[in-house]
Parts: sequence; structure tokens; C-alpha cells
Amino acid sequence: MKGYSWRRFFALLRKEWIQVRRDAMTLRIIIAIPIMQLFLFGYAINSDPKNLPTGLLSSDHSKYERTIVAALKNSGYYNIVPLASEAEAEEGLAAGDLLFVIAIPPGFDRAVDRGESPSILVDADATDPSAIGNATAALASLGADLQRDLPAIRQSEPQTPAFQFVVHARYNPEQLTVLNIVPGLICIVLTFSTLFVTTLSITKERERGTMENLLAMPVRPLEVMVAKISPYIVIGYVQVALILIASALFFHLPIRGSIPLLLFALGLFIGANLALGVLFSTISANQMQATQLAQFTLMPSFLLSGFMFPFRGMPLWAQWAGEVFPTTHAMRIVRGMLLKGNGWHEIAPELWPIALFALIVVTIAVRFYRETLD
Amino acid sequence: MSDAAAMSDYVIDVRDLRKSFGARKVVEGLTLQVAKGEICGFLGANGSGKTTTIRMLCGLLIPDGGAGECIGLDIIRQAPLIRQHVGYMTQKFSFYEDLTVFENLDFVASVYEMKDRAKAVQDIMVRMGLADRRDQLAGQLSGGWKQRLALAACVLHQPKLLLLDEPTAGVDALARRQFWDLIHDMAGEGLTVLVSTHYMDEAERCKRIVYLANGRIVVQGSADEVSSQSGLITFEASGEGIDDAARALRHLQGVEAAAVFGRSLHVAGTDRAALQTAIHSIDGDLKWEEVPPRLEDVFIHMLSAKGGEP
Ligand SMILES: Nc1ncnc2c1ncn2[C@@H]1O[C@H](COP(=O)(O)OP(=O)(O)OP(=O)(O)O)[C@@H](O)[C@H]1O
Ligand SMILES: [Mg+2]
Repeated sequence: MKGYSWRRFFALLRKEWIQVRRDAMTLRIIIAIPIMQLFLFGYAINSDPKNLPTGLLSSDHSKYERTIVAALKNSGYYNIVPLASEAEAEEGLAAGDLLFVIAIPPGFDRAVDRGESPSILVDADATDPSAIGNATAALASLGADLQRDLPAIRQSEPQTPAFQFVVHARYNPEQLTVLNIVPGLICIVLTFSTLFVTTLSITKERERGTMENLLAMPVRPLEVMVAKISPYIVIGYVQVALILIASALFFHLPIRGSIPLLLFALGLFIGANLALGVLFSTISANQMQATQLAQFTLMPSFLLSGFMFPFRGMPLWAQWAGEVFPTTHAMRIVRGMLLKGNGWHEIAPELWPIALFALIVVTIAVRFYRETLD
Repeated sequence: MSDAAAMSDYVIDVRDLRKSFGARKVVEGLTLQVAKGEICGFLGANGSGKTTTIRMLCGLLIPDGGAGECIGLDIIRQAPLIRQHVGYMTQKFSFYEDLTVFENLDFVASVYEMKDRAKAVQDIMVRMGLADRRDQLAGQLSGGWKQRLALAACVLHQPKLLLLDEPTAGVDALARRQFWDLIHDMAGEGLTVLVSTHYMDEAERCKRIVYLANGRIVVQGSADEVSSQSGLITFEASGEGIDDAARALRHLQGVEAAAVFGRSLHVAGTDRAALQTAIHSIDGDLKWEEVPPRLEDVFIHMLSAKGGEP
């Protein structure tokens, strides 16, 4: 008997495919849930928060200052409260009571009039970058709008701005933007939706009693596993397509890199997750255990992947742990490919850890797969 | 079974098989030989170790002790090869309920890498009367039809050995008859069959009966041999009042079983004198007659005897 037979593999594959197709409810769930999650989290994280608490530090209450404060208020992003001291400002930022502190330097009016283009320092709490992203972005256009309200002499020389905002992102210097979040979200959503589908695959055979029959037939462990994974790779691609289209349409996500390369990388990523699911299914006695194992790995791959916290901001041990998970590497690949237009050369260092992970997981699963009922 | 047959002529040839689950010894020193083309009935009380033995024969359980061959292949080292040539029908239906009859059979045929798959599947469906139910989901079949599907699936790849674990449980009389005719046909073509059952009429259709108790074979041979080995004496009576007589007889010494079959009363025991005393103590004009023990009496006798010694 051959160690691996393609005919047996295709027999198993056909059977799995029919079973997947026939389980309409599960199929609907695994297609719909990721899209729902994308919108839910995408908009939740993307939401455009207004009226952010903002402290104003100013020594002399000048007339330009009043114009600027009025413009900030009108933008809708800033809810401005005057502050007495810098100490109060620090305290407010640290406690999270203030998201911004705007400091207008002494002698601001005079500096503007002299054409010195003075700076207004904006301290921003960037722990939640999406919370301040739009507000910060609004500052740039405010500067241009204010130009018109300035004295006639200043308008004659528009090449030098009357003043400028200098934004200082605090606590989170990496300052992820909305565009950084959606690619990350794609990976998280795919991790969720792929890990669980195969987690139940082998325990299901065991609990339905069909395992005894399958074991009595001349099928080999690797054939069974690859056949269990394959249909979900196809479904995974459907998910990827839907997610990418939705992201492009609703979140205006650019796709700058090569799409075939992106699909290849995501296929590998999905395969790695599915393989992990099969491993859990193999070593568990029942569906409950398998599900718990999957949940146990979801949390760290969610938290340590660089999605929740900037990867380089994490302690070294956490970075090492994070490197193990395919989600971490997939996130870098997807971000790099979508936003920076990265190609093969840039993503290769992130691809092989995913491939290695999948290989190791499948090897362990094959080793633990029992060909007897003992 | 011919004693002159060389070892290699046995399709099943296992010695001293042992299996425990935890501290519980389920099979204790089972030695079994089944010749090619033989239909061997496997009987025994619930929990006597029939399923466990069958699983060891096809490599689904690894024996704790003992050794042997199935179709000339070592049951421990060559289990994957054995699977290629054995058809195993599980006690519990274990095909895919979310696949249709055809899809299940087609799956089996392709897993065994059969050459003319479509024809083989079509033939077996016709032979088992499954053709009308071709596109019905297996989960929606009635119990008896599920059994037919399972049997069809396990003979599909033309195995050399069939291991059937209670194949006709819940199957109607006609289907059972067809089923056994099929098994006899295939045995005629050289297929060897080991079939576990709790039905006496089926046991009688086996060339040889192996009776298991507590994981050991306690008696084996043809139906007649088993009956005569039991040392059981049976009397039969007919007439009015056999129901009352049966109730009274059950409590008397020397009577192991008193059961009514249709219009006659059947009484069995091993002690002739005690049995005769008992039946003569019953009033009424019952006509008693000694009859050869039925296989059923023999098995009930063995089932009720603690430890299962005949
Ligand atoms: N996987 C297992 N783990 C623990 N005990 C088991 C296992 N399989 C079987 N047993 C025990 O072994 C004994 C024999 O079981 P087996 O299924 O072989 O009996 P059987 O003769 O087939 O009975 P039945 O006529 O009810 O089918 C039973 O007491 C059963 O509880
Ligand atoms: Mg059994």
C-alpha cells in the first residue's frame, strides 16, 4: 500500500466537499461572520469621534487666538476648555481626561504679524490613534482656512504660512492610522473564521462514530488532513475576496501590491490556520476541548500580533511570542502589500515563518493522528 | 474446518489474543481459526468481547497480548494492508449521514481505488435493492436500509474477509433472508465471513458457531455439535393450560428454562431426573415428549450459567 495516494486523497476531498456544501448553515455563517466583523470592527474602530476633550494653554488672550479657537470648535472635533498651567495639562493627558493640549506661545499675534510663522504645539494622546486620527488630520485644513481671516499684509505673501500646528503624538509614536487598521483587521477576521472550521473536523468524525469506519478503510493520516483542509482554503478565498472588496468600497483601502502575490500569501496564511485547527481536532477527545484549545490561541494571536498594540512597543518576550503566530506575519504582509506596495522581496521574510509554522503543525498532527481506536 | 489444513489456509488465524481497558480484561486468551470460505457465527452475551475481538482482527485495536494473522498478514505490524482486503461492518451505523446512498458508496469505491467505480457502485446498489434510494441522504434512511447500505459498502471492494458486527440488528425478516442469501453466495465465491449476531436462526445458518463468554471461547462447532455438547435435555408439551404450567415450572428444581412458543411449552434442564420429577408434578393433561434442544435453549442456558461454562 502506498504511503500517499492521490486517488484516495481525491476520494476524501470529494466527500469533504459534499459535506461542506451540504452544511448550508455553517457555510452561511463562515461567509457572513467575517464580513459582519469587518464592518462591525472597521466602523467601530474607524468611527470619527467628535468633540474630543481639548485643553487650551495660552498666556495672552490674543485676537488671532480667538479666531483659531473658534475655527477649532467649528471643525467639530475639539471641545475646548481653558487650562491654568502646564501641570494641569500633563495631569489631564495622563489621566485620559484630555486627548489634546493646544499651547499657544506668548507673543503669538506679534510673531504672526512679523511673518515669523510661529508654531502652535498640539500634544495628542495617541494611545488610541484612531480616536485622534481625524481630528489631527483636520488641523492641516484649518491652517489654510485661517489664512483668509488674517490681516491684509499677511495675505499678500501666502507662500509662508502665518503659523503652523506642530502635532506631538504622545504615548504611541507609531500612530497607526485607519488604513493601518483595516489590513490588520483582515488578518484578525481570517484567523477567527478559519481556525474554528477545522477545529471540529476530526472530533466531529469521532463523535458521530464515522471515525471507526474511516479508520477501517485504507486511508492515511496525511490524506485525511489535507482533504479536510482543502475545501476551506477555497472558502477562505471567498472570504478574502469579499473582505478585500468590502474594504476597498467602504474603507477606501488601497491595494498597491500585486494581487496574485497577496492571494498567494493569504492562501498560505489560511492554510496555516486550518492546519492548526486540524491539529487541535486531532489531539482533542471531543469538540469542547478542541474549541477551547482554539480559543486559547486566538487571544495571543490577537493581542501579540501588533494589531492591538504597536509590535515594537511590546516587551521583547512578547515580541518573540508574537513572531510564532502566523497572524503576526500575515499582518505585516497585508499592511505592506496594501499600503506600501511591497513585493516578493519585502514579504519573503514574513512568508517563510508562516510556511514553517504550517509544516510543523501538520507534522505534529500526523504524528498524533491515531490509526487505531485505542 | 479441516484439521489437515495448513496454517496458511486459514483466513483468520489468531492465538491467545488479549485486550484490557484499564483494569477490565475484555478479551482473555482468544484463539480462533477460520478457514477460507467459511461462515463463522460469533455469539455471546452483551459485553462478552465480540466487538473488541473483531476490532483487533482488522487492526482497529492493538491487542495487549497474543499474535496472529488475518488473510496471511500480521494483525499488529501489517494492519494498514489488512484494511485493503477486509470489509468491516461496524455495529453502529458509521457511514456519512449527510451524504446520499450513492455518494457514500462512491466514496468507499474510490477510497479503495477501484477500477470500474461507476459500474461497481451501480451493481451493488441493484444487488442490495438500493437503486431506488440512490439519492436519498443516508441519515434519512430507516434503520434497516442503513444496515443494507452499510453491508453494500463493506462488500463493495470485494474483500477477502468480511467482519460483520451484528449486521442484521433491526432488519426485517425478508431483508434478513436476502442478506444471508447474499452472504452465502459470496462465501460460495470464496469469501470468508465472521459474523456476530444475537439471532438463533442466523446462528443456525453458520457453518460454525463460536460462543464467547467473558472474553473467552467457551464452545465452538456446528449448531448440532454445540447443542449436543451442552448436555441439555428438553421436553415439549402441548395442550390447554401451558401458560399456567410454564409459570409453575419456572420455580421448580431442575428447570432452567420454561418458555412458551406458540402452542407448545418448552422446558430445559441439565438434570434429567430432576426435570422429569418437575414435569410430572404438574397437573392437567399435558402430553410430554423429549425433543432435541433448540439452539436458543442452548444459548439461554449458556447465557444464564454464570461464567458461561456449558
Ligand atoms: N473503548 C473502550 N473503553 C473501555 N471499555 C470498553 C471499550 N470498548 C469496549 N469496552 C468494554 O469491553 C467490554 C466488551 O465490549 P464489546 O463491545 O466487545 O462487547 P460485545 O460482545 O460486542 O457486546 P454487544 O453484544 O453488546 O455488542 C464491555 O464491557 C465494554 O464496556
Ligand atoms: Mg458489540
